[in-house]
Amino acid sequence: MKAQLESILEQAQADLSAVSSIRELGDVRVKYLGKKGELTTIRKGLRDVSPEDRPAMGQLINDTVSQLEAALTARTESLEQAMLEEKLASETIDVTMPGKPLAVGKKHPLNVVLDEFKEIFLGLGFSIAEGPEVELDRYNFEALNIPKDHPARDTQDTFYISENVVLRTQTSPMQIRTMEKKKPPIRIIAPGRVYRSDAVDATHSPLFHQIEGLVVDKDIRMSDLKGILELFAKKLYGEDTVVRFRPHHFPFTEPSAEMDIQCYQCHGEGCRLCKGEGWIEILGCGMVHPHVLEACGIDPNEYSGYAFGIGLERMVMGRFKIDDIRLFYENDVRFLHQF
Amino acid sequence: MKLPLSWLKDYTSIDGISCKEYAAALTMSGSKVEGIENLGAELDRVVTAEILSVEKHPDSDHLMICQLNIGEAEPVQIVTGAPNITEETVGRICPAALHKSTLPGGVKITKGKLRGVASNGMMCSFQELGLDLGCVPYACENGILLLPEGTPVGVPVQDVLGLNEDVAEFEITSNRPDCLSVIGLARETAATFNRPFSVKEPVVKGCGDDIANYITVAIEEPTLCSRYSAKVVKNIKIEPSPAWLRERLHAAGVRPINNIVDITNYVMLEYGQPMHAFDYACLSDGKIVVRRPRAGESIETLDGQERAITDEMLAICDGSKPVAVAGVMGGANSEITDSTTTVVFESACFHGATVRLTAKALGMRTEASGRFEKGLDPSLTMPALLRACELIEQLGAGEVIDGTVDVYPAAAAPKTLPFEPQKINDLLGIHLTEAEQIAYLERLDFQVENGIVTIPGFRIDIERTCDLAEEVARMYGYDNIPTTLYAGEMVQGEFTPKQQLERTVSSVCRMAGFDEAMSHSFISPKFYDAINLPENDVRRISTTILNPLGEDFSIMRTTVLPSMLDNLAHNHAHRNAVASLFELGTIYTPTIKDGKADPEVLPHEEKILTMGTYGQMDFFQFKGILEALCRELNLKDVSFSAVRDNPSYHPGRCAEIFAGETRLGVFGTIHPLVAKKYGMQEEVLAAELAIDAMFACADPVKLYQPLPKFPASTRDIAVLCDEQIPVASLQKAIEKAAGAILESVTLFDVYQGDQIPAGKKSVAYSMSLRAADRTLTDEECDRAMKKAITALETEFAAVLRG
Repeated sequence: MKAQLESILEQAQADLSAVSSIRELGDVRVKYLGKKGELTTIRKGLRDVSPEDRPAMGQLINDTVSQLEAALTARTESLEQAMLEEKLASETIDVTMPGKPLAVGKKHPLNVVLDEFKEIFLGLGFSIAEGPEVELDRYNFEALNIPKDHPARDTQDTFYISENVVLRTQTSPMQIRTMEKKKPPIRIIAPGRVYRSDAVDATHSPLFHQIEGLVVDKDIRMSDLKGILELFAKKLYGEDTVVRFRPHHFPFTEPSAEMDIQCYQCHGEGCRLCKGEGWIEILGCGMVHPHVLEACGIDPNEYSGYAFGIGLERMVMGRFKIDDIRLFYENDVRFLHQF
Repeated sequence: MKLPLSWLKDYTSIDGISCKEYAAALTMSGSKVEGIENLGAELDRVVTAEILSVEKHPDSDHLMICQLNIGEAEPVQIVTGAPNITEETVGRICPAALHKSTLPGGVKITKGKLRGVASNGMMCSFQELGLDLGCVPYACENGILLLPEGTPVGVPVQDVLGLNEDVAEFEITSNRPDCLSVIGLARETAATFNRPFSVKEPVVKGCGDDIANYITVAIEEPTLCSRYSAKVVKNIKIEPSPAWLRERLHAAGVRPINNIVDITNYVMLEYGQPMHAFDYACLSDGKIVVRRPRAGESIETLDGQERAITDEMLAICDGSKPVAVAGVMGGANSEITDSTTTVVFESACFHGATVRLTAKALGMRTEASGRFEKGLDPSLTMPALLRACELIEQLGAGEVIDGTVDVYPAAAAPKTLPFEPQKINDLLGIHLTEAEQIAYLERLDFQVENGIVTIPGFRIDIERTCDLAEEVARMYGYDNIPTTLYAGEMVQGEFTPKQQLERTVSSVCRMAGFDEAMSHSFISPKFYDAINLPENDVRRISTTILNPLGEDFSIMRTTVLPSMLDNLAHNHAHRNAVASLFELGTIYTPTIKDGKADPEVLPHEEKILTMGTYGQMDFFQFKGILEALCRELNLKDVSFSAVRDNPSYHPGRCAEIFAGETRLGVFGTIHPLVAKKYGMQEEVLAAELAIDAMFACADPVKLYQPLPKFPASTRDIAVLCDEQIPVASLQKAIEKAAGAILESVTLFDVYQGDQIPAGKKSVAYSMSLRAADRTLTDEECDRAMKKAITALETEFAAVLRG
């Protein structure tokens, strides 16, 4: 009987190595362990064995069954592994084929830079103010220290709706609107559209964007103005940006300045980009004129402030090396997709 | 303002300062130098040459072969066709552009052959040197420039024509009319480099006689003319000015004319004071009256134009008629001519705003008006007048009659301000001593004594301490002011809730594949025709620009739709297969008065999310994006209703969107006829949603709903109903009927065709039913379904399908 069991096990192992599928494996199991399987049959024959031999023989049968079970399990695992490998191999694809397109829209390039700008100033404690583009002459000019007969009016070719209503030529009226509504401390930027009667060409547009900045509080100094604008320039143009402030004139600030950055192409030597000057004009700024504070009911002896105004288009054109301002308003997707 | 740098040496010194240093320093002290150019920079290898011989060309009857001495061992042979070069010009000196030379405009001259004879360059006319006849009045207008006797030979032509001159171009801001003068810029130069500065007092010898015998001056409008000074010069000899004067004017960009005109221009450049010269013989009664023009008066100005002048202007008149428009231009009736013998020089101070408005009304801005309109110092009139007379005597151009007429009704006292050094330091954020501040102010001709600053008369811009602070700052150097960060009260910077919403809207649009567009806010009225607005549509009433750049930019839009379609059309015309755009564009809705936009009231400005797409999505894909946007904004109770009468949209494919009762906007397929007007044949989809309405309905508060603990049951319902019934109504009925255990209901099929009677449709919904506290029984679910079916049957006569 022992020899018989050994031979069955041997035969079973040979059968197992011959199978090539899970189904054939099942046949092998049935052949030996099924109801009429060979081992089952032998177990049934145990009752014919003498009682004293029965335990030893039973043990022998059990051992053989265990060995067969283990062999079956091992074979199942190896077969499954082989099948998985075959399946994976058959599923191989050319991963260099293109992905299925997902269209994600783009921000307008003007807003790409404007959003960076906003985030910089939000981080510095500024809020964002908005106001009308069709504006009263009073806000656009008079309250900004530009009375009716002021020569500065000739340099800003104004679109008029009526004698008293204009398309704002600058975002500076937002200074007045803000100060009329809110008492110091004030820290705002006011981005928006402005309008000047310039014929359309590659560098001129009758409509463009400015960003106004205004800070009014106690003890605000010109050195604070320099500090914040230098910080801003470095954040927007890079840490190694060199800026300079030179005197200028605006009716609503005194002292007034323009801020230039050193030309990033020639580093101050003078090139075509900076028209040989070595510097690129970025913005106008200054200390809020006491007339303007007074016009808004703020006592210039108690408060002081600074203001600045930046042209967005020129900044964006410099940033992305865009050579035609008209592209911003044509909205050709081949242009928009580049940013 | 063009400043020939050599002119500065009359008042200060720039020795040892390079052009580059000069430009940088003046720019940083407040007088921006746009560039410095050498007048003769374009001339290269053009030299003075003595004509040694002139021979006829053997093969030409008009060419001449010249041998020229250019100061070298060998003469140079040049062939010329100029008619003024003959044997008689042997010995004269002319400019010669040698082989490989350059003339203005980048013209290159090389040697060559003219009808077989070698010519090693070109003899030049004054035009070829870029000059004006006024610069070389001795020149022949049509021929080679023959230079005066005694001109050195073999030297660069720049050296003998005053072209070796560096000219700085300044950008002068409108508050500094005093810097529109050589003296003003010399003062800034001296202050910038801290060098001495002085202006010589003009000295006039005079010739006896008495001006009282000639003219009287009366100012009838002292508010418009604060001062009028005049002198009379007799025995005038009109002739060209001497070379130095011509060269200075030319370098400063002014064309030399004759000695009298040149003197008035020279003094204007030097002092910044415009001057005028009248022919005395043309002034009736020897009178000058400064008054407003009378009704119907007109004047022919020096440019030959007859101009109507009004009583809002100011005229210089003689005993009977206007002879000049004050501060703008003289009259032809009193112009200096070759027969003029006696001249009246006017040096006056006119009211800036009046001059500005007059020049604007007459459409002629002149050098003079440009200076007056910014406001001039009345104390300038006398020195400028005397300087003109000094030049008359220096040039031998006439005899200056003794005496001056100087009408100055209300002589202005010098302006003063308290000296507040601490305030100046505080405003700038610096710590200068009083003495340092005073030194800076004194460099600019301010006087500081006993705590009082006396402001020089020419500084019309100085009114308050902040103005003095700027003077101190620019002398100290803006670059020397430290950079600080204000350490005051900390303020929180943040987006407003509405700005946040706009950011969300923008990012949802972009995630959905839409690119952000920006279009002009002003449009043509024709845009309204393009989107098919009826003639009487209120949206046609727009805020109108009085002085537009053209019809295309003439009104402020009341809708962004036509701009959006224009943008899509641009893309379509450029063969972009797909374009999806959105714009958060402002519209301008006017207040309407008498059927028109009221120009005195500011229009209501609001932002409209306008979307447009062609080439990639259908109506329901587009609607899906709008639904996603509504979810993202947390808009509650969103519904859609069909709109048949929006003229811009397809009557069967247009819907309005509501959140509760609030209309958010409209979307749909653009009417094919509208699309066609924009050159597009395919389906174009658009949406217009009001940001303010969305903001009003958006619920910023989002609260957590516990996840379900018990399973949901689903029940499907399919009914047959009239095809006209909107599925949204069926859904609403199910929601109402099924009760609280209805978790959601989803439309999963709409079918028409085989087995469905004509005019009917089959609609199938899947209901998900769930209770938060228990597993629902089949009976509960069946009851809910039954209620839903009953509602559909009774409200819509729908029939349950097996």
